[in-house]
Amino acid sequence: MTVLEEAWTLKELFVYPNEYIYWSIQIVMYPFMTGLVAGAFVLSSLYHLFGIKQLKEMAHFSLVFSFALLVVAPMPLLFHLTRPERNFYVFMTPHFSSAIATFGIVIFIYGSIVASELWFLYRKHLVEGSLKLKSQLNKSLAEKIRYFLFTILTLGAYDVGKIALEKDHRAVKILAGIGVPVACFLHGYAGFIFGSVKANALWMTPLMPVIFIMSAIVSGVALCMLTYIITMEIRKLLASRKKSPLAHPTMEEIRGVEVFEMKITSKYLIFFMVFSISLELLDLVFRGYTAVKSWDILRNVIYGKDFINIFIFQYTLGNLVPFVLLLIPGLTIKRALFSLILVLFGVFMMRWNVVIGGQSFSLTFAGYMHYALPIIPRDLQTFKEGLGGALLIGAMPFILFWVLSKIFPVFNLKETH
Amino acid sequence: MNRRDFLKFALRGSAALALAKGLDEIFQPAALPASWQPVRWVFLVDTYKCIGCGFCVKACKLENEIPFEANVSRTWVERYVVTKEGKVFADTPQEARNGFITDRVDLGKDRYRDIPKEKIDKAFFVPKLCNQCEKPPCVQVCPVGATYQTPDGVVLVDRQWCIGCGYCIMACPYGMRFFHPVYHVAEKCNFCYHRINKGMKPACVSACPMEARKIGNLKEPEDPVTKIIRTQRVEIHKGEYGTKPQVYYLGLSEEVR
Repeated sequence: MTVLEEAWTLKELFVYPNEYIYWSIQIVMYPFMTGLVAGAFVLSSLYHLFGIKQLKEMAHFSLVFSFALLVVAPMPLLFHLTRPERNFYVFMTPHFSSAIATFGIVIFIYGSIVASELWFLYRKHLVEGSLKLKSQLNKSLAEKIRYFLFTILTLGAYDVGKIALEKDHRAVKILAGIGVPVACFLHGYAGFIFGSVKANALWMTPLMPVIFIMSAIVSGVALCMLTYIITMEIRKLLASRKKSPLAHPTMEEIRGVEVFEMKITSKYLIFFMVFSISLELLDLVFRGYTAVKSWDILRNVIYGKDFINIFIFQYTLGNLVPFVLLLIPGLTIKRALFSLILVLFGVFMMRWNVVIGGQSFSLTFAGYMHYALPIIPRDLQTFKEGLGGALLIGAMPFILFWVLSKIFPVFNLKETH
Repeated sequence: MNRRDFLKFALRGSAALALAKGLDEIFQPAALPASWQPVRWVFLVDTYKCIGCGFCVKACKLENEIPFEANVSRTWVERYVVTKEGKVFADTPQEARNGFITDRVDLGKDRYRDIPKEKIDKAFFVPKLCNQCEKPPCVQVCPVGATYQTPDGVVLVDRQWCIGCGYCIMACPYGMRFFHPVYHVAEKCNFCYHRINKGMKPACVSACPMEARKIGNLKEPEDPVTKIIRTQRVEIHKGEYGTKPQVYYLGLSEEVR
């Protein structure tokens, strides 16, 4: 009889017998995904709440994307449970002294906020779509489904008069206002889950929630920009195929919008990156300076075992390089694309270094554990807790986004620009 | 409302509140003050007596249905070897379920170290088990309340309710918890709660040939274990975490992790 965790844990020197890497890749994915949710929402709120007009198109885009990510965010936790069929016990007997107990409630509240905001934002579109399809005779099956969906989603509110729309607009603004603190709470709270574990010398710091929020915004903004560029490139490709000179929008129009939005958003990205990196470095410097009992082993992990993961992958490739690339004037789409991939990689590595790094040394402070990510699955468990499971979780929001964008169109060039 | 009415109202209100509080305590024995509880289980480990035979681990695994060959255990024995150069080596090969059958120290990754006897300053064994903390962090972090503290101080896990998130495993500073290889829920030592409630001793205590492990009731002043804890110099493990462990040690050394 073997222990499941032996499949990916290698022990070195003196480690307690029950110690393994219990929180593996799915728990890396969990804060990464919730971070993307929070970041995408904050980006959309920059327009709705603070009226940063230049971000209008990006705002619609990132709100829909945030919703797609939101649905996926609890999935890694579900994948990780050894008894996933009991997941709803969290709602039945929530034990409120636990940081995880409120997760279900927080994500539910947040989900309702994003869903309501989406509804108010797209109500006019839904009503128009529904009415148009209603008047149409001989509907095809796809149109029938579309009509059914749109009609249900209007919730029977067909009033799209000027006063009603104005009210919608105000509701969006209020919801975006409530949403920002809730988004920050959602993710700061993911940081709290780690930061409050007093048994773990690397995790335990009151800075953890703040570090998580900042890096969340960085990753969310970066992912929205990245997906935005990719979809814009696809639209350009489609526009170039049309050939017709009257086609709207033309390739040049799309390119113009794309570059413009990129330049504005990348400024916000840099701003949040500075915050995020400063906090992480503060944490590192403080640990080294105070050098409490655990520092000996932490130093071995940070400057030794995990040096490449932390200083090369996270700080250099994930932070420094994209930071410089984004700062150099005359930002091109290719350069932005490259930097954004690096930024996302950097935030992922930060999550990795927190979750896996925090378990790479023993509670004895005299031994180490090495994590070997299962790449080729042996069974369902090693698939879930392996590369396959992580990629599945990573792909889900994009598929969902594609489905959602059929109902909530994210590009509305004529009106918006 | 005049002053008289107000006073009447306030008096009646406080009487009702006091009554409610009293009823609460009658119907919810858990809400009683801890001092009214007749039992608080404690454990005493005399490390001077431990010879590292591993009978305790074997007995525990058999008694509590932890697959014997699985590399997890509710209890284990550690060996510490301190050399003349001041180097500390420690190991617990396979939780010491078969005892310490070789002099070589297990360094993990299939590497071993032979330490010549003349280079050793001191060497000793330390049995470990759940501390049944007064302030258990594992109970604090359980999202569904599947792990809880009984009025007599033992921390239990409800196998029917644990969802297997692993947060309790992360929260324990002593590395006591693990996932049961068969049931896939959190598992830990509970002083053999099923035995101690029938007047029996925990399996590890019964199996120890040297009487290095003892269980007692801290609320009973005449209990031999309580007497030792009260009158001798005992230590607890990792007190800095504020968990208030209830396993006391005789002869715990600075090298012990």
